[in-house]
Amino acid sequence: MGMPGSRPLNREILLPASLSKEILVHCLSVRPEEGCGLVAADSSGRAVAVLPITNALHSPVRYQMETREQFDAMKRLRREGWSLWAIFHSHPHSEPAPSPTDIRLAFYPDCLYIIAGLGTDPPILRCFSIVDGKISEHILRIVPDSVTNLD
Amino acid sequence: MAVVVRIPTPLRKLTGNQNEVREEGGTIREILKNLELHYPGIGERLADESGELRRFINVYVNEEDIRFREGLDTPIKPGDEVSIIPAIAGGAA
Repeated sequence: MGMPGSRPLNREILLPASLSKEILVHCLSVRPEEGCGLVAADSSGRAVAVLPITNALHSPVRYQMETREQFDAMKRLRREGWSLWAIFHSHPHSEPAPSPTDIRLAFYPDCLYIIAGLGTDPPILRCFSIVDGKISEHILRIVPDSVTNLD
Repeated sequence: MAVVVRIPTPLRKLTGNQNEVREEGGTIREILKNLELHYPGIGERLADESGELRRFINVYVNEEDIRFREGLDTPIKPGDEVSIIPAIAGGAA
């Protein structure tokens, strides 16, 4: 399973359904451009918030987060005591798998990369780590919000 | 005069996992030079061979992107906060 060159699936990642929906709603709202943003985790590592960010390139095949919005989002993370959990973007027409560009520009090795594939109905979310140019795909489970809210 | 420099996750391996450090310098250029002295290897991640900021690295002084000020010559005063923020980019093509 996975794409050529990828390493085996290795972790199970839980994404609350409301956050999955927020990612897709944002990416669909800017289609045919690529959509992008951040997902924050709380201090226990649970994904808690989606922060959509404008794609400064307004392109259907490339994205770069608008610098000021990215800066503000990072500040918000710090203020809330959150950490950067995942970076998401969409591939409006192609497979939701990291492209050579995604790999070359993956500067955040400790963070998950979620890609939304909008070319299928329903759209698909897949989740990867990209470290030193190597891709590992994780098992992304969309779970009811209550599952990750257990204290 | 030392100011706080916020280090992004991807560069924390070079600063011993510190998310912020204090560094001396009257301009961003001097701050970057001192960062390299104290955390070898960080300089080449931030600037190219000619000493210019790499395209995908953004540096803010307080609330302002230095590209909209005086670039690497942007002056630093006591109490300023410097943030280093690698761009987040990619795409299908």
